[in-house]
Amino acid sequence: MMNNLQKYSDSSIKKFLFERFFKNKEGVIGFAIIAVLLLVLFPTIFSTFRLNMIGKYLCYAFVSLGLVMCWGRAGILSLGQGLFFGLGGYCMAMFLKLEASDPESTAIQTTPGIPDFMDWNQITELPAMWYPFKSLSLTILLILTLPAILAYIMSVFYFKGRVTGVVFAILTQSMVACAWYFIVGNQGLFGGINGITDLKTLKGWDIRSEEAQTTLYFVCCILLLITILLSRYIMSTRLGRVLVAQRDKEMRVRFSGYSITSFKIFVFCLAGVVSSIGGAMFTLQVGFMSPNLIGIKPSIDMVIFTAVGGRESLLGAVYGALAVNAAKTTFSEAYPNLWTFIYGATFIIIVLFLPKGLAGLYENFIKPQLYKIICKFSSKKTEDSDDSTNLKPTVTDAK
Amino acid sequence: MCIYALMGLGLYIIFGQMGVINMAHAEFLVLGSYTMCLFSQLVTEHMPFLTNYYVVLAIPLSFGIAFGVGYLVEWSLISRLYKRPLDTLLATWGLSLIMQQSFRTFIGARETSATLPEWLLGSWSATDTIDIPVSGLVLLGLTILLTLGLIFYTKKTRMGLRMQATTQNREMTGALGINTKMTDRFSFAIACGISGIAGAFFTTMASTSPSAGENYIVDSFLVLVVGGLGSLAGLFVSAGFLALLSSILEFFMTGSIAKVILYVIIFITLMKFTKGIFYSKVRS
Repeated sequence: MMNNLQKYSDSSIKKFLFERFFKNKEGVIGFAIIAVLLLVLFPTIFSTFRLNMIGKYLCYAFVSLGLVMCWGRAGILSLGQGLFFGLGGYCMAMFLKLEASDPESTAIQTTPGIPDFMDWNQITELPAMWYPFKSLSLTILLILTLPAILAYIMSVFYFKGRVTGVVFAILTQSMVACAWYFIVGNQGLFGGINGITDLKTLKGWDIRSEEAQTTLYFVCCILLLITILLSRYIMSTRLGRVLVAQRDKEMRVRFSGYSITSFKIFVFCLAGVVSSIGGAMFTLQVGFMSPNLIGIKPSIDMVIFTAVGGRESLLGAVYGALAVNAAKTTFSEAYPNLWTFIYGATFIIIVLFLPKGLAGLYENFIKPQLYKIICKFSSKKTEDSDDSTNLKPTVTDAK
Repeated sequence: MCIYALMGLGLYIIFGQMGVINMAHAEFLVLGSYTMCLFSQLVTEHMPFLTNYYVVLAIPLSFGIAFGVGYLVEWSLISRLYKRPLDTLLATWGLSLIMQQSFRTFIGARETSATLPEWLLGSWSATDTIDIPVSGLVLLGLTILLTLGLIFYTKKTRMGLRMQATTQNREMTGALGINTKMTDRFSFAIACGISGIAGAFFTTMASTSPSAGENYIVDSFLVLVVGGLGSLAGLFVSAGFLALLSSILEFFMTGSIAKVILYVIIFITLMKFTKGIFYSKVRS
């Protein structure tokens, strides 16, 4: 910390920010690779349909990023990230649904101007909690604040009561189950088990057209890249270090005079907000939101993406979400029965032998090899980046 | 109430005593149910003269099968992960996926149920106005029997005492010449066996399908957490509390909203009693 501050005073602020965002050259290369991959390579080699699917996977990468901070760095395992993902998703879906059900297009209903599923459930007036979702700016505000508020309420008492990792994980899982039952039980208010479907336009802009899907993919990528940078920034500050410290030796950090509770609450809320952004982007790209995307199983799946990518590596989380989802789509289409066996087994193997996931694999096996190559051709950097694109590199940052 | 208590009994050993979290717990319940169902099919097809008594045979059988699978799982998976409780959670989730898919592939995706002998289907009229189904009474009896057995096992037998000793202080127990690894393995397997028995008895109330476990998992953990880890009394109080609440709530509103309110009440209770209502110290 002292080093950082000294550098800040005697060299330029640029250098300080560089340290915070990237740590070193390796960080820049890692970030550049992922940016090139997402913004240049994927759009050129894949069709719009595939690109839309990748965009969907990237939404899960947001959740994984949140989990890296919350679980990997701070040691708080949350099995309920689907709750926040769904919160963002539902906020966005409610806005889009209201826009899709304007009085003209819903003229055949008993009460025109309200979403169709409300009409089927004999609701004649728009419920009060739907009113904020008439404005886009308010919706975006809610997408960013609601998860933070909810996460605060969910965690503050438990962290103060020093509920430990495993029990907290169970509690978050029950919360997501609770949310699932809540949505399913309120058919008139949230569309029940069917979810909110038939979303068409965003401010008059058709989100189902190919052009819109490509645009949304880029928006999603850029948001993801920004989130990665911000997360890196947060994790490289003193706050991030305290989080890692309390994961490893909670009592020692407490005795050093830190109030761990507030740090934990902060990172839990942060993870919630990041997941919520992912959820909102998911709704925009997929065009519907349903409770089955946020139940117990999807929530654990999100933890699996993170574990596969490497629970301590922010970039690893993105690769994890991409790799697992791509494998899931490919294999579950071809061998639906075998897939679950492979999925379960992969998970056990990763936990048993690769607790640091793909990032750990890179750190331990690929990186030393890469350094050898770099030492041989010490001047050529381009080869290195080409090599590592194929090998799914992950550059772990500040530990 | 008995359902909640039975769900929690196996977890009481694994989670409460050993500090291991077993997400595949519900699958062991389902394993027990399937044993019961398949055994009943076998009996009705090949040995019709046994139809009335097979339940008595099926229970030890489901205990045995769940015990065996539990033993294997501990040996191959859990024993490597005692130092990383959060990772156990993830690994056992992988296991539960595999077990679910095995049920689906090898037994069939359709719901099955056991043909119950006639003496289980009737009801006993305590007074003119009160009718109690016999299966419920048997369930009650079984729960009491299992619990008493568990108390006897932990307090009086050598293996049970070893388990407690290992829970309290692993190094010291090891130093006294007790094989802590075997103790863990045996405790885990016993807990799985108990879940198997519990699962066998769930067939009297509901049919069994490969994904039936999902309905049990959250509830069974919550029962234990509300009661306080490592406290058998707490387990029973919380099982009673949850059962009473859920039946009252379900009387007044639809099933899913009742569930939501039940969970919210649990969360609020836990905000006050963060360590559970009956708290006793467990291995940390």
